[in-house]
Amino acid sequence: MQQSATTMREGAAVPQRAATGGTAGAVRRRTRGGGVPVKPLILTLYLVFLLLPIYWLVSMSLKTNEEILSTFALWPQDLTFANYAEILSDPAWYMGYVNSTIYVVLNTVISVSVALPAAYAFSRYRFLGDKHLFFWLLTNRMAPPAVFALPFFQLYSSIGLFDTHIAVALAHCLFNVPLAVWILEGFMSGVPREIDETAYIDGYSFPRFFTRIFMPLIAPGIGVAAFFCFMFSWVELLLARTLTSVDAKPIAATMTRTVSASGLDWGVLAAAGALTIVPGALVIYFVRNYIAKGFALGRV
Amino acid sequence: MLTLDAVSSVVDGETHIADVSMTLEHGTLNILLGPTLSGKTSLMRLMAGLDAPTDGRLLFDGHDVTGVPVRQRNVAMVYQQFINYPTLSVYENIASPLRVARLPKPEIDRKVRDAAGLLRLEGMLDRTPLELSGGQQQRTALARALVKQADLVLLDEPLANLDYKLREELRAELPRIFAASGAILVYATTEPEEALLLGGNTATLHQGRVTQMGPTLEVYRRPVNLITARTFSDPPLNILPVAKHGPTVSADDGTVVPLGERIAGLPDGRFTLGFRPHELSLRPSDAATGVLSTPGRVAVTEITGSESFVHVEALGQRWVALDHGIHEVSPGQTVTVHLDTRRCMVFDADERLAAEPIVAAAA
Repeated sequence: MQQSATTMREGAAVPQRAATGGTAGAVRRRTRGGGVPVKPLILTLYLVFLLLPIYWLVSMSLKTNEEILSTFALWPQDLTFANYAEILSDPAWYMGYVNSTIYVVLNTVISVSVALPAAYAFSRYRFLGDKHLFFWLLTNRMAPPAVFALPFFQLYSSIGLFDTHIAVALAHCLFNVPLAVWILEGFMSGVPREIDETAYIDGYSFPRFFTRIFMPLIAPGIGVAAFFCFMFSWVELLLARTLTSVDAKPIAATMTRTVSASGLDWGVLAAAGALTIVPGALVIYFVRNYIAKGFALGRV
Repeated sequence: MLTLDAVSSVVDGETHIADVSMTLEHGTLNILLGPTLSGKTSLMRLMAGLDAPTDGRLLFDGHDVTGVPVRQRNVAMVYQQFINYPTLSVYENIASPLRVARLPKPEIDRKVRDAAGLLRLEGMLDRTPLELSGGQQQRTALARALVKQADLVLLDEPLANLDYKLREELRAELPRIFAASGAILVYATTEPEEALLLGGNTATLHQGRVTQMGPTLEVYRRPVNLITARTFSDPPLNILPVAKHGPTVSADDGTVVPLGERIAGLPDGRFTLGFRPHELSLRPSDAATGVLSTPGRVAVTEITGSESFVHVEALGQRWVALDHGIHEVSPGQTVTVHLDTRRCMVFDADERLAAEPIVAAAA
């Protein structure tokens, strides 16, 4: 855990050096090879290409439609916040964010709270078929969501869950619970079993041990699992769009439907896109030191 | 009083503990001595109630506690690895069993500070365990075991992961710290030397069986069989297989071993002599009779400061001789080793002790 944290920090330091301390690197480079400072150049190019689409999106969102369609400019000539104002004042737009947030949060809470005991069982106990079951969990992620769109649509329609937030949240559990179980199991297996035993020897009951001792120990793991659930649920479009129509319509669906319906409102769409990036960026900030371990499913 | 009655433990068809019976009295220090995988930890886990035995019963003060989960038993345990709650402060780590028992706050505070004082952790109470040195982490674990005032305190190689200096310090303190509590203290170790330093009672374990149990010095001086003697000897016990024909005892190559009157009462047959490194000398013994002197080839010399262990090949065996002081003996050199046979343990063909040493071996 410690190690991955430092690696992440070092990783973060590299672009920083390229941006601020470029002169020192350049001097060293020049004295040796003479000529072009290759390393900072590559890094700068990389960062430019990485951030270009996001910059272009933000830049578009601050322009008027006329400007977007008529001229080519690297930055807004006629700065306007009207696009953002429209999104934040029109329920058809901002309810998309509200709906998305509701089912994403619901899904994250359900996934993590279901995955916690499951992961504990996989990490601490041996039972019939445990290894097969553990692997089988992950196979749920190997089918494209489209496979499940039809059965979910029919099922939810018939039991009256269609176009509700919980419907989307539950559908996303199909992908997120296995993922959360895998991530949490990795983090839990990093905690020595003797800590559990010491707690039992001290007299802790299982629920008290789990909430007071164990969960704080794997807090980074819970954070990372929650982040991954959030991320997958937030970006997933197909199931969310199939299972909703009006009341629980997600922002991503709102954006795509606007394209096909009332002509192209470039500026507003760009503003919606820019706003859609914000929650993910916020959440990732809190677990930035543990993301690498999360991608390795907790097994670093 | 903890009584183990024919306790066995079989996990996945593998026998971890086989038919162990023993009685541990309150206020005693009991040492489980055995090499790695001999079943020390398995036995402790059974005693604690962390695992249930496959067979047999555990009685605590006459009550049957077989299969009673550890939560309902009043035990404390310290592991070889430094196990603490990393997210809690040292104070909360020590207080943890008391908090669970819902003791009043002032009492918890008093007990925690007492234990911290005994284990010299006063200045560390606000830190978290991971900010402490290994020795301090293990002290924290010991303090937590101490405050609980458990009837049964299990210490599973608690000093094995500490450096030499700390180990000596804590080893001297441990029995004293727990003595006042009147608890049954069980201490597992792989080192015969540690058992001798701690005293108390020792049970030697070999492949899940208790080979002998009794006062530590008694077990050391009069092991009932060869396995116990081997377990309780570090460096390894020196062995010499011999054959007895009438009054003569000879090694396999015909060398006569002057055992004298000691084995007069024994029948003819094969025997094994066992003797510890300090009973084999590179210098002539001052004893008039009963000394076996034989040439040997030096294989390795280990110098440990004030003494040297010289590995020699003699009479077809690999022996270790303890030589006081540092002497330059180089590998390949031929030396004469002297064995005072009065100090040999004699084991019969079934590896049981047939004749104990006449001269008590110094610890």
